[in-house]
Amino acid sequence: MHLLKLTVNGQNYEITVQLKTTLLEVLRDKLQITSPKAGCNQGDCGTCSVLVDSILVKSCLTNSLSVQGKKIITVEGLAKPGEVHPLQQAFHENYGAQCGFCTPGMILAAKALLDKNPNPTREDVKVGLSGNLCRCTGYTKIIDSVIAASEKMVTVTD
Amino acid sequence: MTLKVVGQNVLRYDGLAHVTGETHFADDVIIPGTLTVKVLRSPVSKGKIMNLDIRAAMSVPGVASVITADDVPCNGYGHIPDQPVLVEEMVRYKGEPIVAVAAVDEDTAIEALEKIQLGIEEEEPVFDHIQAMMPDAPKVRPEGNIHMFGKYPFRQVKFGDIDAGFREADVIIENTYRHPSLEHAQLEPMVSQAVPEAGGKLTVYTVSQAPHFHLEELYGILKVKKNNVSGKHWITEKGSRTGQGLEFGDINFIGGTVGGGFGGKNDMHADHITALLALKSGQPCKWRWTREEDLLYSTYRGCWYITIKDGVKKDGRIVARKIKTIRESGAYASSNPHVVEHNIFNSTGPYFIPNVHSRGYCVYTNKPPASSMRGFGLTPSTFATEVQANKIASELSMDPWEFRFKNVYRNGDLTSTGSKLDSVALIEMMQTLAEKTGVTLPDRLKQMSSAKRGGNSI
Ligand code: FES
Ligand code: FES
Repeated sequence: MHLLKLTVNGQNYEITVQLKTTLLEVLRDKLQITSPKAGCNQGDCGTCSVLVDSILVKSCLTNSLSVQGKKIITVEGLAKPGEVHPLQQAFHENYGAQCGFCTPGMILAAKALLDKNPNPTREDVKVGLSGNLCRCTGYTKIIDSVIAASEKMVTVTD
Repeated sequence: MTLKVVGQNVLRYDGLAHVTGETHFADDVIIPGTLTVKVLRSPVSKGKIMNLDIRAAMSVPGVASVITADDVPCNGYGHIPDQPVLVEEMVRYKGEPIVAVAAVDEDTAIEALEKIQLGIEEEEPVFDHIQAMMPDAPKVRPEGNIHMFGKYPFRQVKFGDIDAGFREADVIIENTYRHPSLEHAQLEPMVSQAVPEAGGKLTVYTVSQAPHFHLEELYGILKVKKNNVSGKHWITEKGSRTGQGLEFGDINFIGGTVGGGFGGKNDMHADHITALLALKSGQPCKWRWTREEDLLYSTYRGCWYITIKDGVKKDGRIVARKIKTIRESGAYASSNPHVVEHNIFNSTGPYFIPNVHSRGYCVYTNKPPASSMRGFGLTPSTFATEVQANKIASELSMDPWEFRFKNVYRNGDLTSTGSKLDSVALIEMMQTLAEKTGVTLPDRLKQMSSAKRGGNSI
């Protein structure tokens, strides 16, 4: 057993993990933060995506001890308490979420994209989200959502 | 009158919960101490179990329960119900569940599976459903490979006078269409969690798309309700005590939040096994299929062969249609007979054809059971009938729009299953579609209406 210290959505945790425990297992099973999903557990689908120090990672492939001392963000902690992040609002208003299973990972992938490129083209969005699968929407409305959010977020900061 | 919902964009009632991570799917119910379920699946496609020894698996430290067919009170489920929860003796597809284990963690469950001694005498399987129809094909099931719809080996629709229709025709156009099998590949894999509650009751968290059907099936498997569906000769009723004492109303079946299904969750995949293990071990049990298990062994759209023979007049009217459609069912019936019915009931597509004879076959193979996917057989039939429509139009050197305008249903037409149609708007829909996609239609098509056939509407 090994000691792991990490911050998730602004809260500090100290837990014990095995050498092989993944970050996804830590979040879901130990901390009961369940928005990251185990869609494939092998790095293909992106439903487990989270931000580690603002970098998008697939938590099913991330050894938990490799995030020692780092800051993790999941969609539960994307907005300030009681608020909804513009990306979340845009996914809701543009029907970017259907069954909702891919949505938390999709939104975080979109966040990582907009952090780097606040004014993406539709093509940029496709590339930015290419590690995340959705089987419901056909992606069109997801791209609409990200573009809508990017427009709002640019106006807000302007 | 202003309408509040019709014609308006309405936000999803669950949309905000989806984007904030508040939506809880079956796998998101985390109960500390839950046992992990793993299942030993058949390594071969067909064969007879000669020996099965689970003693070594049961003695692995950390293993709570190991179950085989002997632990299933009523070992048959599904629409017919012909599918065993755990194999009795005959394996009918590669990946068919034989033994299920509940253990403290995944590693322990896998170790237990590895300790199981299983001997199967392999038999020759059949995978292609056309080959499986041959009289000398290996038998998937003792009663034969072609599903019996009552006393017939097919489901059929007869409408009008098919021979007179073909005599009247100027051209005969016959084609065979093949639709491959398809996996739903929904993002949420099959998951089930079963929790024993006080007083011998049970809570099950399910990914089911059809919770009412599956709850009934679960009661049937646990022998709470007498199964009175035809085909019960398939079911062996065991004296096992698992689940006995449970009464109707004692299972709390929690579901409705589905991470994609597309028809793939119309069949029970995991709830029966977790329920049995939870009752036997007295502890919460969760079974999450791996993505590989989901892709290989969950239900899928079986493949189709659809042969359409049409008798057509020079002016473009179809006057006779004969269809033979053959559907792959996999090893068990599942929803396939129903899927075949839907397919042949729709064999004319949206077109009025006065003389129709369609036959649908459902054929068993040594593959995992196929089942519903996006439309219960309608999608492959639409694929075939629409490609056929284009082929006829090109054979007659006719514009494919015009061909469709001539043949689509009008108000008052009868479908081949005898329903009289009203509120038909296919012509108007195509006119709108042409307008929106920048297609210029000739005036004679623009003037047509669904109100009646004849005059301008031909
Ligand atoms: S669960 Fe991590 S990529 Fe699919
Ligand atoms: S919304 Fe269902 S998988 Fe994307």
